[in-house]
Amino acid sequence: MSEYVFLYRGGENGRSPERAQQMMQKWMAWLKDLNQKGHVKDQGQPLERSGKLVKGSQKTVTDGPFAEAKDVVGGYTLIQARDLDQAVELSKGCPIFEVEGAVEVRPVMKMNM
Amino acid sequence: MEISEHLFRRESGRMVAALTRIFGIQNLAMAEDVVQDAFCRALEVWRIRGMPDNPSAWLMTTAKNCAVDALRRERTARTFEPELSRFLQSEWTLAPAVDELFAPSAIKDDLLRMMFSCCHPRLREEAQVALVLHILCGFSVDEVASAFVSSHSAIEKRITRAKKVLAGSKKLFDVAAGAEFSVRLPAVHRALYLLFNEGYHGASPETAVRTELCQEAMRLTALLLEHPLAATPTTHALAALMCFHAARLPARVDGSGNLNSLFDQDRSRWDSNLMAEGQRLLDIYAIGSELTEYHVEAAIAWVHATAGCTEDTDWGHIVLLYEMLMKIRPSPVVALNRAIAVGQHQGAARGLEEIRTIAGSDRLASYPFYFAALGEFELRDRRYETAQEQFRAALALARSPMEREFLARRIDACKSAAPV
Repeated sequence: MSEYVFLYRGGENGRSPERAQQMMQKWMAWLKDLNQKGHVKDQGQPLERSGKLVKGSQKTVTDGPFAEAKDVVGGYTLIQARDLDQAVELSKGCPIFEVEGAVEVRPVMKMNM
Repeated sequence: MEISEHLFRRESGRMVAALTRIFGIQNLAMAEDVVQDAFCRALEVWRIRGMPDNPSAWLMTTAKNCAVDALRRERTARTFEPELSRFLQSEWTLAPAVDELFAPSAIKDDLLRMMFSCCHPRLREEAQVALVLHILCGFSVDEVASAFVSSHSAIEKRITRAKKVLAGSKKLFDVAAGAEFSVRLPAVHRALYLLFNEGYHGASPETAVRTELCQEAMRLTALLLEHPLAATPTTHALAALMCFHAARLPARVDGSGNLNSLFDQDRSRWDSNLMAEGQRLLDIYAIGSELTEYHVEAAIAWVHATAGCTEDTDWGHIVLLYEMLMKIRPSPVVALNRAIAVGQHQGAARGLEEIRTIAGSDRLASYPFYFAALGEFELRDRRYETAQEQFRAALALARSPMEREFLARRIDACKSAAPV
């Protein structure tokens, strides 16, 4: 088994409370399913959409923006999968695609020491 | 963890109502933005971390924090209620002041206050209903449009205009002012009645959507019953009426989603708890000096409810009740219902006669059930051709697939009854 990080990018959360609730329930169902199948190593954390950007040799501090709103990472989950193909397949069930968001699937580097 | 159905919608109504009290009615849009914000934040956290044990409290706290942020940002750009403005002058007093404004005891009357505010006399009834559904029940413009089978742009226009009137009304309705309260209460009754009716008779092809409208109307009516000034005999009569009709909802549509007329309903599927609740409300609490259309309609529903089948129904009594209703709130639809009852009571020929003499029947020209009623009585008098024509006219006016299916079945009934 290898580890992968799912980075959740963008995604409109639905313009109505009912829609938000439906999205919510889909997310919970999706992660629950992954969990039951033993794919969730760490369910991860949500990230604030703002913060500070520290950059350059001068260590200039700015208030972002980090990326276009549609590309901001809103959270992550640590996943276990056989290989990258399987991790990609698992990501396809994420409800974020219904709201024009994206999942970035990144293998965690293996250290063979 | 499971979330109760429509939780977000209901919380949305509570939060907008509470925030509007805090920000002032002129800042309704800001309250709505804050609620939107709170939902976004909740969703971002919950989708990954799962639901907290008490999502309502979590949402309210999030809304409170978003409100404090918004107040910080906007304090120079907007005018707030005088009481709040004083606290806004200092960062030290801001958060505790908002905390206090969010205390559960303070939130209690917010929904009621907003309900009365939405029924503003300068708004037309359909605008009031749309506003109640949008603000208090948390339906988006699209959801209101689909519930009313109307276009997005028409509903958006209606709601935007209504909100302007609301925002321009300077202050929220004061639910503690007894005299004003009684003056506004009938408008609130009417709006809730219309909301319920939209669910019960409405044009939405989705049974689920229509059931939701009925449930929302009943939920808001129950709120009225909790308030000492609002729990009048008329409110009880309205609640009873809703119970009786809601009890029949499960039988109104059969297993394959087809509409059943009252005559064909499987009465064993009527909800006996709701029936009993309706009767209790009507018998004990609805008695007073005033006789309203809700009392009479509840009485009509009660007569139907207590009859074992169509034949056992006391149609003579129903005719009398419709005559009473004609005096209180005359309309061609009420007249049509009276005529149908006369036909049930005294035979199809009398029914047809009564239908044809309805004053203002041109206003029924686009009402499918006017022609359906004619068709029904023609069919009973064995004029199969004429009956079919009437049902065809009704079919052309049908507003939903369910109505179309129902009328198509009546046309088939005419065909199979006709001698070959």
